[in-house]
Parts: sequence; C-alpha cells; structure tokens
Amino acid sequence: MRNTFCQTLVQYSDLPDFVFLTGDLGFMALEPLQKSAGERFINAGIAEQNMVSVSAGLAKTGLKPWAFSIAPFIYARPLEQIRNDVCLHDLPVKLVGNGGGYGYGVMGGSHHAIEDYGILLSLQNMRVFVPAFAVDIPPIVEKLQNLPHPAYLRLGKDEKPKDLEIKLYAPWRKILEGDGPTLLITGPLAGNLWSNLKELNKQKRPKTWVLTELPFDEKTIPNEFMKDLRISDHLIIVEEHVAHGGVGEMMSRCLLLNGEAPRQFNHYCAQGYLSGYYGSQNFHRKESGLTVENILKKLSN
Amino acid sequence: MHYESGVGHIGGNLSSIDLLMVLHHKILTPDDMFILSKGHSAGALYTTLWSVGRLKDADLNLFHKDNTKLSGHPAPNWIKEIPFATGSLGHGFSLSAGLALGKKLQGIPGNIFCLTSDGEWEEGSNWEALIFAVHHKLNSLTLVVDWNGLQGFGATQEVAGLESLKDKFLSFGMPTEEVDGHDLDALEKVFKKTSSGPRAIIARTNKGRGISFMENKMEWHYLALTEDQYQKALEELGGE
Repeated sequence: MRNTFCQTLVQYSDLPDFVFLTGDLGFMALEPLQKSAGERFINAGIAEQNMVSVSAGLAKTGLKPWAFSIAPFIYARPLEQIRNDVCLHDLPVKLVGNGGGYGYGVMGGSHHAIEDYGILLSLQNMRVFVPAFAVDIPPIVEKLQNLPHPAYLRLGKDEKPKDLEIKLYAPWRKILEGDGPTLLITGPLAGNLWSNLKELNKQKRPKTWVLTELPFDEKTIPNEFMKDLRISDHLIIVEEHVAHGGVGEMMSRCLLLNGEAPRQFNHYCAQGYLSGYYGSQNFHRKESGLTVENILKKLSN
Repeated sequence: MHYESGVGHIGGNLSSIDLLMVLHHKILTPDDMFILSKGHSAGALYTTLWSVGRLKDADLNLFHKDNTKLSGHPAPNWIKEIPFATGSLGHGFSLSAGLALGKKLQGIPGNIFCLTSDGEWEEGSNWEALIFAVHHKLNSLTLVVDWNGLQGFGATQEVAGLESLKDKFLSFGMPTEEVDGHDLDALEKVFKKTSSGPRAIIARTNKGRGISFMENKMEWHYLALTEDQYQKALEELGGE
C-alpha cells in the first residue's frame, strides 16, 4: 500500500497547498515523492513530536500537511501534539502510519500499532481510514486531501486476492454474499479471509462486509448492513486492533443504542503478546486467533 | 483579574508582561504572529491584548469563569492574536517553526515571535524544534525566553541546571542575546534586530516583578492573592 500511497501523492505534489513531512522513514519507497515535491518534501528527522507540531503550524498558514512515519511512531510518541496542536484546533493535518496492526512482525512490539485507532478516535475531530486494499488508496488520498479536519491513515500490506473484484470505494462495502452470519472486517485481513470464505457453501458463507472509515455511529451504519444483521442474527467482527476502542466496541455501542442485539456476537481482535514470543505478522495474528481456520470453526458451530 | 477569579500563576505573568507589552505595542505588525508557549501567562497576554484594544473590560471580567474564552491557558480557534491554544509546555516553539516554514514556503510576509519560559527548556520537544528551526534557516522566527529563574517546584538552576542556556543555543547555531526583560527600550531595540536564521532573546526577568512580597518567590508561580495581599499589591503598583 505504501508504494500506491506514494504514487498517488505524487499526483498532488504540485498543488499550492501540498506539503509532506516524514520522520526520516520511507527509504526505498518515498523517493519519487521526494523528487516531485521538491522543497515541499521535508525530512523532519527523528523528532516526531516536533514534526506533528510543525505540521499544525504549517496548516495554520493554509497548507495541508501530510505527516508520515511507521504507524507506532506517528501516533504514540507525539500523542499530546496530535491532541493539543492538531485536534483541538481541528486542523487539516493528515497522519500516515505505515504497518498498522502487527505489520512490522518480528521487528517487535515497539514497531506494532495494535491500539492506534482506538487511541486516536478518542481525540476531538479525528477521523481514521483503515484501507483493506491498495486499490482503495487513490480514492482515500483524494478524500483526505480535501478533508478539512485531522485524519489518520493506517497503511498495511495489500492482501487482495487477484480474483477479488473490488467495487467502487465506499466506507462500507459488501464483498461476499451468503446465508451465514454477518461478518464485518476492518483492514487487509479482509482479502485473506475472502479467499477462504468464498469456497464455503452458501448456507455457511458469511455476508461479508469491509469497513474502512472510522468512527461510525448508529445513524451512519448502512441499512443494507443492518438488514443482513437482522436476517443472520449473528455478528462477527474481525480487526487487527485490541478490543478497547476498536470496531467491536464501537459496533456494540451502536447496536445497544439502537435497541438491537444479535443472538450471537464474536469478536476477533489483537490480543497483545500472549506467549511473550515474537514472530511474523502471521505469527501474531495466529496467536490472537485472527486466522481463517479459527473463524471458520466459529462458522461451523 | 486574578484576584477576582481567585487564581494564581501571577508570578510568571508579572515577569513577562513588560516584554509582552513591548511586543504588542511596538513590534508586531498585522502580518506577524505571536505564540505564547508558556500558556500559564495567559493573564498577562489577555491584559496586553486589552491594552491594545483587542479585548474589552467585559472579556477580562470573565477571566477564569464559566462560559468564558479567557480560560487559565489560552483557548483554541478564537481570535487571530492567539493562533494556538497552549498550556502544556514544549509545544509553542515547534508550532512557531511550522508557522515560519509555512510562510516561507508560500512567500507570505510576517515574523513569528514565540515566548517560552525558562523551565520549559527541560522539555525535549523544544530541542527538536531548535534543531529543525536552525536547519531550515527560519529567519522570521524569534524565540524569547522569559528567564525568571523559578519554576513550579524549585529554582530552574537547581532543578535542571540549564545555565548557560545562551551557550547551549549558540552551540546549536542560533544567535542569542541576553537582555533585561524589564528594560522597555532595550527590549524594543533587541526585538527590532534581524538575523539570517532563527534567533533567541533571553530576557532576564523577575518572577512577581513589581510586587515586593512576590518578587523572586517561587510560591507565586501558583498562589492566588488573599484580600490583604491584593490591597498591598495595589498600593505598591499605585493602582486603585
């Protein structure tokens, strides 16, 4: 996704209000943008707190800054700067974090971002975009470039299977029909799961939805999704994020406020570091139960 | 204002009000911007903005009360003269660097003045901003440090030994001058100078300036005035 992001931003780099900052990350990826943006490409150094406040200052002069780093370094270290300087002032600073969830795998816990959007969504005026597929990056970047508010873009690995045809970008999209439970997935896990779920017989196959934009509330959940949920009476949510502040909690609140509760609810989410051992993204997903096999088990129950 | 609201932070307000007055009355043009990084001196800033006609008596009367824009630390998105809400230390210099860079990239005229406290230089983010501002040669940026020598729970020199801050700034490549922070003519003169990059002015000030029982007393970082103290302070200042 990072390369698609870079290629997309190149197209915006000659806009008069464009400016891009990186916390010294993006080697072997952002060079095309560095070339096209010229002095509007700023390596702010390994100083994320300053980079975020500088971005707020730039935004105050009329620019629309993009601030990039790997996911944990863009939201955790400069959290107070995001909270006070960007969000309290509702400035159009776009934070971009590469490697959401367990994306940086065996690099270790310092490099993971499994609580990023929960934390950021607790701030005023913040929006979050968690693309599932690289093909969604151009429309999301266009949307972000024009969004007059703070936002966080969580980039991950593109796991879209070749035979999955993606409909036009929308915050909520159904990617699989079926007569089974209603499955809501946030992030790139969607592609991985789709490949396996589509092979199930129609009776078991979940009505599978992909959610990309957060937060949502009880008024913005699509009617189609609610219809699926009422028919199935079984909701499964999958996200590479801890339970606190995640999509599962958000959805539960919405449903309760609407006076609705499916008979069955399963939430597959990041569990942290249960064994204390480290490994690839898939190792950590497996340890958290974020695997096709685990979810399939639930479908056959 | 502070007495009526029963709030403190008076010491740091009195140490900075002279330089705030000189900046707002003699230096700042409509193109310039001022960032109060030491947000706890909001009272001095509000009073200064009142003195230039930007705030009214009615505004000041609501200081630190319910339904006010004059909170204890500046609020966001309110008036042009307060571009950023502050209150947590170590933000203003980075914000100012962003403003200066934004103006530079777009060819927008105007200078940026940023006032920090002295103890605030214990915050690491300030040093990030210093490196950044010098590297990007942000020559419209002036840092002013209110060196009153006292912070919340001790003397600055005893808490963190920041002296010589001037030498530290110079070693980072930022021209730095020291000035008597209560000498109005000297302040005006030094504020009017220019530089090829960002520059710093360390204003030597007295916490609680002008009120004998407050001057250079640490406790007046936080304390509010009693009625007796208020009357005595008024007498010393020749007020009513």
